[in-house]
Amino acid sequence: MNGQPRAGAGSFGQAGPAGGEAIRIDDLHKSFGANEVLRGITMSVASHEVICLIGASGSGKSTLLRCVNLLEPIDSGRISLLGQDVTAPNVDANLVRRQIGIVFQSFNLFPHMTVLRNVTLAPTKVLKTPRPQAVDEARALLDRFGLLDKIDDYPDRLSGGQQQRVAIVRALAMQPQIMLLDEVTSALDPELVAEVLEVITELAAGGMTMLIATHEMGFARDIANRVCFLEEGRIIEEAPPAELFTNPKDERTRRFLRRIVEAKRL
Amino acid sequence: MDSNSPMSPGQPAGSFAGMGRGPGLFSSYRGARAALISTISTIVVLAALAAVFLLAAGAHAFEHTFLSPTDMWRSFIGNPKQGYYSVGAAIWLNIRMFLVAEVLILALALFIALIRQSTGPALFPIRILATGYVDFFRGVPLILVIFALGFGVPALSLPFISTQPDAVYGVMALVLSYSAYVSEVYRAGLNSVHQSQVSAARSLGLSQGTALRYVVLPQAVRNIIPPLLNDFISLQKDTALVGTLGVIEANKAASIYSETVFNFSSFTVAAILFLILTIPLARFTDRLIERDRRRRLAGGA
Repeated sequence: MNGQPRAGAGSFGQAGPAGGEAIRIDDLHKSFGANEVLRGITMSVASHEVICLIGASGSGKSTLLRCVNLLEPIDSGRISLLGQDVTAPNVDANLVRRQIGIVFQSFNLFPHMTVLRNVTLAPTKVLKTPRPQAVDEARALLDRFGLLDKIDDYPDRLSGGQQQRVAIVRALAMQPQIMLLDEVTSALDPELVAEVLEVITELAAGGMTMLIATHEMGFARDIANRVCFLEEGRIIEEAPPAELFTNPKDERTRRFLRRIVEAKRL
Repeated sequence: MDSNSPMSPGQPAGSFAGMGRGPGLFSSYRGARAALISTISTIVVLAALAAVFLLAAGAHAFEHTFLSPTDMWRSFIGNPKQGYYSVGAAIWLNIRMFLVAEVLILALALFIALIRQSTGPALFPIRILATGYVDFFRGVPLILVIFALGFGVPALSLPFISTQPDAVYGVMALVLSYSAYVSEVYRAGLNSVHQSQVSAARSLGLSQGTALRYVVLPQAVRNIIPPLLNDFISLQKDTALVGTLGVIEANKAASIYSETVFNFSSFTVAAILFLILTIPLARFTDRLIERDRRRRLAGGA
């Protein structure tokens, strides 16, 4: 494989020297009509860092991720990925998106394609990887996440957990530098959550830079280097999980966490 | 008897057991008893219909004018020396017009649908044109479009364009008119693909065109195959309208026969030939719908 580190071969997220800045967001604003969803987000994610975004539904977590992936045009502010200002005019969004994998709450697998074709579509069409090579890489990734026997199945034959793991593999097949995970376990039956979280934990162990919006507080506590609490489009508090979950500084964070505890989700 | 079960074999023959459970005419009747009941019911209905025709005062005249075997055979074979053409041979022109028109409609309609679905501000004028096109050709009766092209284009006396056979103008009219309808079918199909599919494709780095080609269109087309084929069944019949330009297609050939021999059995022949064309396509549509339904059900299991 040309001596290049390939996603299927070993480690993930070869995003430059450790500690380099993978994502830098400055004063990001985004409105849908009159509804201002993001009201000045400023944050930074270092390479190989895992950041969890927590907060109630509608707090802006998903929108933030979609903005980073350029799926939503922003109103003002700046987003830099791996040192490149991706919100500058004339930036090729398709090129930017190749470096970032995003996984959605609702999986969004292509229902008319087999698992294998779901995974190989982007490498063959975007990276122009020769098909045999793309298939080999897809098999390696699917094998790694225990999905090799599903390779010829259509998505509607898979369980939710399997579908979501395929969606993660599909994103990894593009060998992204950064992964964005948008509440990837929220649509799953409780017994299927663990298998997906295991995959994410493995990615983190492999050094993948990740920005994760999640409602799984226990998971955030275990995996995150830092946790950001969002409310009404602002980052209210940002701290290592041990600190944020046990000793939140802001009253709003405390109120949110209290509700979570009452709902027995922490 | 369990009245909730639509499959109950003991149901009265008159209730349409299993309606809406897929198109297989007999697939929903289970068991010999159901088959027997359905057979008897069919015979009774057909006999009643036959009785109406046979006992009517003009039954004999009707039979002679519309169902005369000799005239049907003569018009099917044709005899140019007697001044009439073969309906059986003329139907080939309908088939050819249909096939050519179908391919062109699929392409033109998709193009129009994509323009109408586009969002870029630069495409605004083309979008307006496409909308106007659809409004116009859906609103104007097909036969007027056929007249306009069939008589209007030759009258322009343009080189090449104005010197085509009339069947070509007929096909052009069919294409213009049906593309307006079919583009709306396409649009419904494109809209039926959830926006999240586009998000997923674009987030993988696929360009808009690639996402359309590999992710959106295949799903859209799958969803619209039944209405698409429905339009094509209709198109097969409407090729008969091209006969108004003097083109000898099946209906025109039948009409010439009836005017020559004063017997309408030639139209019966044309009707039978059109049925032979459309019924297989209709059954094929049914099968596709059923297959799709089964696939979805299997997926939900």
